[in-house]
Amino acid sequence: MTEDYTSTELLIAAIARLLAGCRHVAVGAASPIPGSGALLARELSGADPMRVSVLGSLKNSFFTSGGVELFDLAAQGRMDAFFLGGGQIDGEANINLVGVGGYPASKVRWPGSFGSAYLYFLVPRVILFREEHTRRVMVPRVDFISAPGTSAPGIYRPGGPYAMLTPLGLFSFDRERRRFRLQSVHPDHTLEEILDHTGFEFDRADTVPQTPAPDPTWIGLMRGKIREEIAETYPRYAARIAINPPARACRA
Amino acid sequence: MTHPAIPLSSLAAAIPDGAKLAIPPDNCGAPIAATLALIRRRARDLHLVCVPQSGLQTELLVGAGAVRAVETAAVTLGEFGPAHRFADALRAARIRVLDATCPAIHAGLQAAEKGLPFMPLRGLIGSDLVPNRPDWKVMDNPFAPGSPGSKGDPIVLLPAIAPDCALFHAPLADRYGNVFIGCKRELMLMAHASRQTFVTVEELFPGNLLEGERAAGVIPAIYVTGVAVARQGTWPLPFLDLYPGDDATVSRYAELSRTQDGFDRFLDELLSRQEHSA
Repeated sequence: MTEDYTSTELLIAAIARLLAGCRHVAVGAASPIPGSGALLARELSGADPMRVSVLGSLKNSFFTSGGVELFDLAAQGRMDAFFLGGGQIDGEANINLVGVGGYPASKVRWPGSFGSAYLYFLVPRVILFREEHTRRVMVPRVDFISAPGTSAPGIYRPGGPYAMLTPLGLFSFDRERRRFRLQSVHPDHTLEEILDHTGFEFDRADTVPQTPAPDPTWIGLMRGKIREEIAETYPRYAARIAINPPARACRA
Repeated sequence: MTHPAIPLSSLAAAIPDGAKLAIPPDNCGAPIAATLALIRRRARDLHLVCVPQSGLQTELLVGAGAVRAVETAAVTLGEFGPAHRFADALRAARIRVLDATCPAIHAGLQAAEKGLPFMPLRGLIGSDLVPNRPDWKVMDNPFAPGSPGSKGDPIVLLPAIAPDCALFHAPLADRYGNVFIGCKRELMLMAHASRQTFVTVEELFPGNLLEGERAAGVIPAIYVTGVAVARQGTWPLPFLDLYPGDDATVSRYAELSRTQDGFDRFLDELLSRQEHSA
């Protein structure tokens, strides 16, 4: 059987799989795709549903003590997964959200480190999500370390990078080896393409499998309930994906 | 003791040049009307403490030349795009940035609200934020298990952040100077940590906000120096579920603020709009 789905739906499904088994997942600013993945994972989590906090949402956020609470709760181990991105990401999973071309008078200044320099240390499953997979993002060494991918022995660090998802593929991160490992290549993309667009070395098996297609029932959820839920926080995003379903469809 | 509301211009005049000024994020009561009043009185040399990040408010103040330093976890217009005036001012070294991470700003304010000199915080070690913040120190956790004096478990210490003033917008204040903020507890933290707190509100509440269930979400008047009524006081930003943002205006800002000229034109429009609606 074949089922059409969009490249966005493939990413949302991959995120939902990465979150399986989490009790509490938080989603930060400007993250409609991670937010959708977390809401889908909650939908699939069964009798003891996962808690999902979507920053900026009124309906899917249960904090009553202001912005401080998210960070306090993460330090106590009450948050299992979070998402981070980066204007630059390097092969040791260091991320740069500050800028390039000198500091502080950066030629290109990005917003800043947000909560990364803290949450990256404390949340067990940090998923790096970036919608651009090019050599200007995936660099040999970041210009500024907003948050380091790994820490020396003796540094308190229950958390760290768990996976990296891009439009081309899905990587895991090995904290001992300090390296990414390519787990799967998305349909319609190739290993060569990933090698061409990645500025650092990574591990991989001799044969890298394809990222699995979303289950048809998941696709139904993504186009219905999940899209409605994420629209509360990201109306523009939800309107965009509603107008264009599977214009850029992949085939399973 | 009653605490009559003051005009917006008096509120802006009470925040002195050179003040260390705590401000909230764009989605949490960013006081844009009061910010325009500060710009109108030609405020200068402000040290902004963004709790813990900022957007349009910092852009307006930086673009208007009112700022000497920005202490923040991030400055961005979110889905509207980058903060051009902030980035330009950094490139030209017109302002100093004290880059932080969200909970580091919270922790510094928490130290101040407790009257403590510093607060420890997990994370951070190995981030380039640390070598760029000589005011942050790293020490070994004195409570770490092991023999006394043993090396291990380094932790970052952050100095207290005690702003001269906090400034934000809230739904309600009463005539005693109590201010209702609901769940937005970071505003409470800002008020506790700052020497003086100035608030604009949508409207005045006829009773006493400390009477009844609402009190849990109220900043008591002891922390509040001045309250001014500014309806739609976060415009063009949205405010809680009370009104939506004016996306067209923020989009236009994002476009025009690419250049200082464009910014200046936009700012003039905002200032004259405020004058006419006042």
